[in-house]
Amino acid sequence: MEKENKVLKIKTIKNGIVIDHIKRGKAPDVLKILGINENFRDALTFAMNVPSRELGKKDIVKVENRDIDTSEINKIAIIAPDATINIIKDYRVVKKEKVALPEQITGIIKCPNPQCITNKEREPVTSVFIVKQINPLILVCKYCEREISSGILNYIKAP
Amino acid sequence: MKGMRWTKKHIISINDFSRDEIDFVLEKSGILEKKLGSSSTSSLMNGKILANLFFEPSTRTRMSFEAAMKRLGGITIGFDHPGISSEVKGETIADTVRIVSGYADLIVIRHPIEGSARLASEYSDVPVINGGDGSNQHPTQTLLDLYTIKKEFKSIDGLDICIVGDLKYGRTVHSLASALGNYDVKIRFISPQELRAPRQIVKSLSDRGIEVKETTKLNLKNSDVIYVTRIQKERFPDPQEYERVKGAFVLNLNSLEGIRENAIIMHPLPRVSEISPDIDATKHARYFEQAKNGIPVRMALLCLVCGIKFW
Repeated sequence: MEKENKVLKIKTIKNGIVIDHIKRGKAPDVLKILGINENFRDALTFAMNVPSRELGKKDIVKVENRDIDTSEINKIAIIAPDATINIIKDYRVVKKEKVALPEQITGIIKCPNPQCITNKEREPVTSVFIVKQINPLILVCKYCEREISSGILNYIKAP
Repeated sequence: MKGMRWTKKHIISINDFSRDEIDFVLEKSGILEKKLGSSSTSSLMNGKILANLFFEPSTRTRMSFEAAMKRLGGITIGFDHPGISSEVKGETIADTVRIVSGYADLIVIRHPIEGSARLASEYSDVPVINGGDGSNQHPTQTLLDLYTIKKEFKSIDGLDICIVGDLKYGRTVHSLASALGNYDVKIRFISPQELRAPRQIVKSLSDRGIEVKETTKLNLKNSDVIYVTRIQKERFPDPQEYERVKGAFVLNLNSLEGIRENAIIMHPLPRVSEISPDIDATKHARYFEQAKNGIPVRMALLCLVCGIKFW
């Protein structure tokens, strides 16, 4: 009974996306990745620290009238590797997919090393980070071999 | 060896090498050294051209590659100063490499930008060897360091190795430590507090089961290999702090008291004042021989990536 009440706290949406199973505390980061800020005009609901069987506690984000593209899904995978994306049409889940962290993350993260070749504008090169470890996440720049493990969101390129 | 592919392989980072591959290079370097000695030449690389692209000044690395190529009967082209390359006209590294790979059979590149050698390898039709990319990698230096150790002790496993000096910024130290992670060794890092080895290196060695100790005291006892690096003044915001620290990490005859009989002292060179010249004449000094070992190791690599069998 109590569980049902908790679920009901978050209103269902007609059309849009529901991002579920977000690692606890990461909902604000997901909003940043989606480029949602004070100028956003559609309905947005998010819940933090909701009980979850798999994660203990989790965050959930629901956004009305919003679609999501592959680049955004890949970015979410970096900060919330267990997240699931539900596409809602007319109150029904028409597509459900779990985000997946690829072995290499291409073009999404800006290398924090100013001396890295990927930060030299004129060279024909895209940033590539290799996933060295998933939990906790450690990424290694393919080019300068710099490792990043904390504050990864700061290095995710703006939408 | 099974599963290893050397022909057209790029030599970019020591982290790309498995232990088997490192051991293979060291073994083949030994064969070449025995075969050619230090003064004779061969015709293994007859008709082959090595392009040395040195976008920053280097004497030893460039000359060592040049000597290695010439001893193998090949020839070298290139530049050793960015002022005469097309980079000053605004050409990208990618374009330079694309063009030069049409002139030469293999390329050695040194560039101050980190990751430049990896990028170069993506635009080259011929093997690229990294001769140093900023403070990132210098894999042939690491291989010649390991070769020196193996030549001395026959095996790297079981050794006590201490690494002294600037462990925070030193490129050679990071690559060497990471390569030693493939072996059953004990490592002692000796440095001023401000220049301790990066946490990720210490952690990664520990994760691989290596016993790692860190200390600020220059105690060289119980070590087989004493690897010394230079402490650079510009790393210290306070010049007085540099002066205080510098003196504590200078090796002189006194610091060798009580060290193991067969211990060797290594240094990637150039040294400034961190090893007193008195030590040069002791049986422990190996740094000049270490530099010389760059020739057989680089000869072996040049042959391997060009698909030339010499064994």
